[in-house]
Amino acid sequence: MTPYKQITVVSGKGGTGKTSVVASFAALGPDKVLADTDVDAANLHLMLHPKVNRQEQFYGAQVAVRDENLCTRCGECERHCRFEAITVEAVNPFACEGCGFCTLVCPRKALHMEPALTGDLFVSQTRYGPMAHAKLVPGAESSGRLVTMVRQAAEDLAMQDGRSLVLIDGPPGIGCTATAALADVDLALIVTEPTPSGIHDMRRVIGTAAHFGIPTALIVNKADLNLQQAQEAEGAAREMGASIIGRLPYDETVTRAVAAATPLVEFDPDGPVSQALRNCWSRTLELIGMQV
Amino acid sequence: MQRDSDRPALTVSVAAGKGGTGKTLLSTSLAYALAELHPGAVQLLDADVEEPNADLVLPVQFTGTEPVELLVPRVDLEKCVRCGKCAEVCAASAIARIRQAVITFHELCTGCGACAWICPVDAITEIPRVIGRVDTGTAEGGIEFVQGRSEVAQQHTGAVTGAVKAHAKPDCITIIDAPPGTACPMQETVAESDYCILVTEPTPFGLSDLGAAVETCRALSVPCGVVVNRDGVGDAGVDEYCRRSGIPILLRIPHDREIARAYSRGRTLALEFPDWRPVLAGLFDSVAREVAR
Repeated sequence: MTPYKQITVVSGKGGTGKTSVVASFAALGPDKVLADTDVDAANLHLMLHPKVNRQEQFYGAQVAVRDENLCTRCGECERHCRFEAITVEAVNPFACEGCGFCTLVCPRKALHMEPALTGDLFVSQTRYGPMAHAKLVPGAESSGRLVTMVRQAAEDLAMQDGRSLVLIDGPPGIGCTATAALADVDLALIVTEPTPSGIHDMRRVIGTAAHFGIPTALIVNKADLNLQQAQEAEGAAREMGASIIGRLPYDETVTRAVAAATPLVEFDPDGPVSQALRNCWSRTLELIGMQV
Repeated sequence: MQRDSDRPALTVSVAAGKGGTGKTLLSTSLAYALAELHPGAVQLLDADVEEPNADLVLPVQFTGTEPVELLVPRVDLEKCVRCGKCAEVCAASAIARIRQAVITFHELCTGCGACAWICPVDAITEIPRVIGRVDTGTAEGGIEFVQGRSEVAQQHTGAVTGAVKAHAKPDCITIIDAPPGTACPMQETVAESDYCILVTEPTPFGLSDLGAAVETCRALSVPCGVVVNRDGVGDAGVDEYCRRSGIPILLRIPHDREIARAYSRGRTLALEFPDWRPVLAGLFDSVAREVAR
């Protein structure tokens, strides 16, 4: 048991409002550490304005490199690579999985693996608490490992500062980065929208969290855009074992808060969405045995 | 490449750094508008294999399905001499020797095959493991439709993306709906396209993720242009960025609750609003001109 709890906010579908919700929750109590694990489309920093204290380069991937002077163009590497990442002409670093099979089969030992820069990891301070975040190098592989690095940095911060909560902004989807963001957290908080795609993707992300034994809870964002679909989302989530946290109304003020780069609960503290957010946050904390 | 004016064969992927900006709205609508002009010559590939959605806004008659498999190791412990070479060469830590046991972790396996190759006593056979599937059919408007779907809790979805892309025909207009983000799944989808349309929204989030997507397209040497969706909701940041970076803005779709409402009822833009079809055909002409440049 760690001395802190962890919540990851995910959605399956992109653009349902994860980051806006996390930014507002960040601005509400209790003391916490923040983490942005949407490493290839990170946005939380735009709302929380972190001051970077420490930056380090992360070499997560391995890429095959060939010594063209030793290579005899025999084609063994090309025959064995299952990712179409190498031919007698060239290595395609974007397709390379980093498995190293080619280095084993090369009769001239002309190939070796080199670490490739995956991204930059940042440890920062915000008004709302310390924050770990990252930026993937364009075209880099191994984003899942970068997510794990961000999470590790956030947990280190929680230990150092004795903070009781790590709040994690997750990536969309259900693949490599999403599973890395969900691993071993106390709660997967799903933000969905009342559309067929929102519901479809919500089911897949609840299924993913459930597969790893992680409790799930649901917030339906922009619920009044389609109340029938909002209800359908809640019904489907409940059936899959998720707790229903609440609904957020549709309000264009949310977009204005993003444009103003300010968490909504500070931008428009008395508005309907801010009130709903505060209720949702209390209920979320209750679920993991904490209080605002 | 444009072979003749009647049948411009191009592969165009539709991507976005940020999720939920309207990739699927645009890819389905573009395919629909083009299929009207070029019957039987348009394909739509849904390569957002983690969250495939295109069939939810453009009705599809599915006619076929095929599993996507990865070859993963099975160790014959009778033959195995516990030398540990398989574990040594496995970069994914998907096979381990712990004292006298050899354990495989199939969900971590990338299916590279190195363990079976290195085994000195042929104790490892590779067995297929289903990690997803590809469904095929015909979408409304006579579009050839292909959709990939990874199984829940799969980490390595690249093989599913590859299986979807294998359906692309060189003599067709092929529109590919890409996954969000700029990481491996997006890269695998967009690589080798003739052009990539990046759909964004005019907000600081949209702008930040657009920048990452443009850099990724450049790293992949795929030319790109921008479609601004929900035009009018935010600020001028995206416009300024595009002007500064020399990225063409190909089309603007206004912020319109009617478009969103039709979409939430499962009807994409071109399906619900016929006036948009010539506009989308014009978008494709702009793309073809950009590619020809």
